[in-house]
Amino acid sequence: MAAIRTKPDHHTYTFPGFGSEKFPNLLLRGAGDLNNWHLKVYEQQHEGYVAMKAALKMEPVAVTEEVKTSGLRGRGGAGFPCGLKWSFMPKDTADRKFTRYLVCNADEGEPGTFKDRVILEYNPHQLIEGMIIGGWAMQCVTGYVYVRGEFLWLIEKLEAAIQEARDAGYLGKNILGTGWDYDILVHRGAGAYICGEETALLNSLEGRRGEPRVKPPFPAAKGAFGQPTTINNVETLAAVPPIMRMGGAEYAKIGSPKNSGTRIFGVSGHVKRPGIYELPMGTPMNFLVEELCGGSSTGRKIKAIIPGGASCPMLDEKDFDVPMDFDNLRARGSMGGSGGLIVMDEDTCIVQATLRLIRFYAHESCGQCTPCREGCNWMEMILYRIEHGEGKMEDLDLLASLTPRIGMRTLCPLGDAACGPMDSALQKFRHEFEHHITHKTCYATGSRLLSKVGAH
Amino acid sequence: MNHPQPPETSNEPLAPGQRLPESERREFSPEAIAEIQAIMAKYPDKLAATLPALHIAQREFGFVSLSAMKAVAKAIGIPEGHVFGVATFYTMYQKAPVGRYHFSVCTNISCALRGAAQLLEKVCEKTGVKPGAGPSPDGMWSVEEVECLAGCGVAPCVQVNHDVYDELVDEQKLIEVMEACKRGEYRPWAQ
Repeated sequence: MAAIRTKPDHHTYTFPGFGSEKFPNLLLRGAGDLNNWHLKVYEQQHEGYVAMKAALKMEPVAVTEEVKTSGLRGRGGAGFPCGLKWSFMPKDTADRKFTRYLVCNADEGEPGTFKDRVILEYNPHQLIEGMIIGGWAMQCVTGYVYVRGEFLWLIEKLEAAIQEARDAGYLGKNILGTGWDYDILVHRGAGAYICGEETALLNSLEGRRGEPRVKPPFPAAKGAFGQPTTINNVETLAAVPPIMRMGGAEYAKIGSPKNSGTRIFGVSGHVKRPGIYELPMGTPMNFLVEELCGGSSTGRKIKAIIPGGASCPMLDEKDFDVPMDFDNLRARGSMGGSGGLIVMDEDTCIVQATLRLIRFYAHESCGQCTPCREGCNWMEMILYRIEHGEGKMEDLDLLASLTPRIGMRTLCPLGDAACGPMDSALQKFRHEFEHHITHKTCYATGSRLLSKVGAH
Repeated sequence: MNHPQPPETSNEPLAPGQRLPESERREFSPEAIAEIQAIMAKYPDKLAATLPALHIAQREFGFVSLSAMKAVAKAIGIPEGHVFGVATFYTMYQKAPVGRYHFSVCTNISCALRGAAQLLEKVCEKTGVKPGAGPSPDGMWSVEEVECLAGCGVAPCVQVNHDVYDELVDEQKLIEVMEACKRGEYRPWAQ
């Protein structure tokens, strides 16, 4: 095995007030400490595996109820209640007809999103503990962690951490005398963004092309290898140990109504202190960007923010005060998504930025559904034309008419994801597109976002 | 109307009648076969070993050639067509030879906002190869433009083989990385 990565990261995951009562750090405990991934550090300094031991003494159904009480919503993007998802698994745990699986989605591939890797890098045991608790609640036999292929050094670290847990008797046969057998396996992806979608992930896990499946049947009925399966994001599973430790009701008090707990926000783009911030749900966006991230790094005004990874509609200045939780962001026409904020200053050309985003979706479409495969490519071509000074005014109407024919017309949400940035850019920054078409130059005067030598 | 020109990448779909290049090796080593069998034993279905076996094939053969795909199919006992379908779906399997040091430059939005386009041009200039155009004549370098390396907070981000340089790579840093490559040095976690 290769050496475990011990590089001290120069960027910080902490900020003034981090870990205080105002900013509880439930997920990033010990963030920045390079030895934090070891079992002994996790157990001695961060109440490690206390929650697991308590959960194993409870009835599996009671564990699910506790998660329901906490109001934890999935952190992968959709914000679906986690406890409810767990309760969809076949109820009769004594029924040996089914082999139940828990799958952790660590295929973090959305531009602007880099939160899961921090948990994998600094706090893998919290994820493992969460997976053991989830595995017990649903009486699973195996937990699979589907990690994106590029994270090779994290896979090695995660496997070393899993081995430590096995050696301590937290995984394997008859865990802590409960008579329950459970193990966690790591599965490495191979560079397809679509595998972050749950049914595509299952196909990839089974050794097939990562093409989404038709639902129903939902994974809880027929998932990995044809058996009942629950798929949760890394951050969701890592939130389970604090819930079991402090109690669901106590956890529900953190955050905003119907959006309980803390969330990891990854900030990138034009800010002075980009990086990872763990904050209670519902924290205002301008507080994070202006106060914690230090505002614009270029000294120019901030023009647009994508609040939750590349698939979320952009927000302009009038919405910068939005409280960051699933419901408030939806009310303002965007989404909570994966919690990755992409900040763009005044000199950013929105046409270039949109072209870059749509190019991503055109490249990553699995090709299964025609609206997504053809539509994303078509949008890319039109944007390319506009960017290169060959656009016509009709192109804007054409673009606007394309998105309703792609969104909600595909097997999986990749088509919808492409429509989010496209629609919002057209609605909020139409004048930049028009400027491109009439003047054949950028409205903004900033640096180029697109390379001249690129393969695209 | 000018459509974007088709890129000259090795990951493009094959033209009718066109075949993937062959690598020199045709069979897995006994150690690799043992490794694949150990992986197969972990899953309820042997098909699930396809992706891990292709990763091993890439490591053993240098790139996932047709012969590598056939070797994978034989090692797992599954149809060759299935392996071909899977290998061509995923972008991390290189279907053509790459240089000893393969640069993957992320040019997606977060990196783009922090100068990834200019960095990619610098990488191409210093290595003398275009993205996706195969290895340099001496076999040292190859360059690929990739979609997100999850280093958005420390953009721009570059990966050399398995070694992610997620530390605000600029021209100076790039020269240092290339010099280290020429000396054959890896960082400890990327061996």
